[in-house]
Amino acid sequence: MANIETIEMQLKNTNETLKLGEIIGKSLNPGSIIALVGDLGAGKTVLVKGIAKGLGIEEEPNSPTYVIMNSYEGRISLYHFDLYRVSSEDELFGIGYDEYFFGNGVAAVEWADRVEDIFPEHTIKIEITIPESDGEDSETRRDIRIEGKSKWVLSFKNTAEQVFPTLRR
Amino acid sequence: MIVVNVSKSSKIDRMSLTLLAIESSCDETSAAIIEDGTKVRSNIVASQIDIHKEYGGVVPEIASRKHVELIMPVIDKAIKEAGVSKEDIDGVAVTNGPGLIGALMVGLSTAKAMAFALGVPLIGVNHLQAHMSAIHLEHEISFPFVGLVVSGGHTSLYLVSSYTEFEMLGKTRDDAAGEAFDKAAKVLGLPYPGGIEIDKLAKKGNREAIPFPRPFMNSSTLDFSFSGVKTSVVYYLRKHPDPNQEELQDICASYQEAIVETLVKKTIIAAKQNDVNSVVIAGGVACNSRLRELSKEELEKEGVSVYIPSPKYCTDNAAMIGSLGGFMFQKGDTSELGITPFSTSRPKYGRGRGGQAKNA
Repeated sequence: MANIETIEMQLKNTNETLKLGEIIGKSLNPGSIIALVGDLGAGKTVLVKGIAKGLGIEEEPNSPTYVIMNSYEGRISLYHFDLYRVSSEDELFGIGYDEYFFGNGVAAVEWADRVEDIFPEHTIKIEITIPESDGEDSETRRDIRIEGKSKWVLSFKNTAEQVFPTLRR
Repeated sequence: MIVVNVSKSSKIDRMSLTLLAIESSCDETSAAIIEDGTKVRSNIVASQIDIHKEYGGVVPEIASRKHVELIMPVIDKAIKEAGVSKEDIDGVAVTNGPGLIGALMVGLSTAKAMAFALGVPLIGVNHLQAHMSAIHLEHEISFPFVGLVVSGGHTSLYLVSSYTEFEMLGKTRDDAAGEAFDKAAKVLGLPYPGGIEIDKLAKKGNREAIPFPRPFMNSSTLDFSFSGVKTSVVYYLRKHPDPNQEELQDICASYQEAIVETLVKKTIIAAKQNDVNSVVIAGGVACNSRLRELSKEELEKEGVSVYIPSPKYCTDNAAMIGSLGGFMFQKGDTSELGITPFSTSRPKYGRGRGGQAKNA
């Protein structure tokens, strides 16, 4: 796994989460898969709203927990999955997840850690953590860890640095 | 007492419209026989909730498999209990969305097969619109009215101008109210279905103990947002871990109040904006005791009457599908056998007027 890179960053608030999502959305290609991990309230759906904007989607995604998957059309189609209530790959076969994962759109998958085996090597993994409370703004702050193929990560970093200067080290 | 005995297949009775209705969008497999969109001849609901309890939530594929096992027995029972024969059925109404695709597919395929075999029309019915039509099973209500549909998967406001015309006025931008109840319940360690547990515990708690946020409550938008209040419970528990029973009751009461107050305030705004004097509150969360109480209190102050279907017609059921299906049939709004299920209530499908038989 030598060609995998990781970026870690801190976001101040929901607006920054949206902004980050938008930059990610702009960097994606047909066939990209995003695996999102984070507790209840971490901001996974917020990040997907940003990704949708970056993909040129006009609609604002809402939580797909109940229906498992929503699709949106834009520059590239977005398949917004939520595995909160899913516990095995078998269950996902029932809704034909493979058609969406390996099609011409982008799949963004919340609660990806609930069914780990389904993600191919080129998956971009994003983990969102709510930091331990230690100050006034700690409730809105989020720690982000992004992992993906080096080529994508480096080009994403170049763009993201212009909006988030702290990434430049 | 005069008893008029009209045989079920007599000429007079044949003037009426008898529909078989099928619902399988999420937890429940249900079938009903409905006459003229208003009379319930039978309404059978086989709940999968006991299976889901073991998993702490709805498990979609298990849901689809159980639907396959339950659907024919449930339909047979509905027909038998109504005292009709298959030949009396004038059409088959079925939910084609929104919901879990795998679950919807079971009801829809069955309905298509039955409509084809019986040589009668198929009517694809929108689950959310049908929730509001449930009111016609029990009440006469004049149009237009504002409808609030609030459930595990949906929170939407509609302007309803006739039996078959629905205009979406607003909806949740993130989580549905029922989802916010279920997710908070999970964080609080309460069993599924979480909304019912929160309702129970809230009865003994102080509604003003914790000031949970009420997003958009006083703005003019008719959209909702419940993600923030859900997250605020997560933050609260980080600061105050391991609540005792009394604290838990206060958290539940305060949390429920934040959600219910937002729902009621938005409904009042919708009623005023559209100058209506009746409101229908429907969907599974309409069973919440505090929502029933506060909506009556606050809306009646504004001179608006509140109608809420009985709990058996609030939770998912086929009777409501047969109600809307009946009115759509009378309008000639039937579906092709090729219709497909759809998962979301997004604007393309849900906003705007009209029943929604032919698109999907």
